[in-house]
Amino acid sequence: MGKALVRRAAVGFPVSLCVIAGLTIAVFRGFAADAPTNRSDGLAAWQSVYSVMVSPRCINCHTATNYPQQHDDRHRHFANVVRGIDGHGVPGLNCATCHQSANADSTGVPGAYDWHLAPLSMRWQDNEEHILSSAAVCSAVSDRTRNGGLDGTGLLKHHEQEPLVLWAWAPGHGLDGKRRSVPPITHAQFVAATLHWVEAGMPCPKEGEGYR
Amino acid sequence: MTDLALNINGERRMVSVDETTPLLWVLREELKLTGTKYGCGIGACGACTVHVGDIAVRSCLLPVALVGDRPVSTIEAMRSDRVGKAVQAAWIENDVVQCGYCQSGLIMGAVALLKANPKPSDSDIEQSLGGNICRCGTYVRIRAAVKDAADRLA
Repeated sequence: MGKALVRRAAVGFPVSLCVIAGLTIAVFRGFAADAPTNRSDGLAAWQSVYSVMVSPRCINCHTATNYPQQHDDRHRHFANVVRGIDGHGVPGLNCATCHQSANADSTGVPGAYDWHLAPLSMRWQDNEEHILSSAAVCSAVSDRTRNGGLDGTGLLKHHEQEPLVLWAWAPGHGLDGKRRSVPPITHAQFVAATLHWVEAGMPCPKEGEGYR
Repeated sequence: MTDLALNINGERRMVSVDETTPLLWVLREELKLTGTKYGCGIGACGACTVHVGDIAVRSCLLPVALVGDRPVSTIEAMRSDRVGKAVQAAWIENDVVQCGYCQSGLIMGAVALLKANPKPSDSDIEQSLGGNICRCGTYVRIRAAVKDAADRLA
């Protein structure tokens, strides 16, 4: 009975997230229709989006190197894991060699559908593993030649629905029983900020404009 | 306990286990398929490698409930697998094994590599088997055997 409830909750949680996100967007759209969206508002919204992107749950797989990182200190992934041609590792040592379609809390391994590294065009770090500036990440994210061809609507959908994005707020826990940290704002706030940024025309800060 | 139907080496096997149990222990303790070895228990050594679907998987990290209906192949099935047979023959021919504890995991990794990449370079072999540790340090012979197997399969 308990396990059935847990299973149901496991299914229900992502669905609930989507529903909450959907409601948030609906409410926010109502706001947005009336509220003026200017560059300044858009930049503020972008900073919220950026705060999520540079959190360890996201940026650990948006590396510029040949490997992912892990944990909040973003150290190199153990076991000689490498990127591979398409970001899914190499035969014999794929991401799916350990990462399944769901968190495996009993063995401490995080998981979500299609676990993989982001393409190098979406690296948010430099080769020395320093996090790129807000301006640089914004430039990459809003460039359709680098972001997989996504326009604003596509980016919003990606942030709303992509399983690996959703995972950041339901990352499970390690073998030590500690829950992994989550991004600094909720998923609903992240989606709402993305919407606001998109509706403001996806402005990006300039280097040295006061945003880091 | 949960009753689960697993597809192991082409056979349907029923087990009654806690669904959080790692696949490794279901294979070894419930199904007595002891060719798959326990090494580190944290996915760092590769000794427990089996195939789930087409993917080489660390069975010590995989809760059995997450296997689903994907077919599982273990070292015991390699005798009837074309690539598996070639790798085992190359392993013997190149006298790879010293203590032998890592070899079932390494062979499973090598088979996964050769099925995806029939002509691997040195770099391909090192990267693909980079998560499989051999404490005897037989890496040079491992690489030679993988290349030998590739030649046998060509």
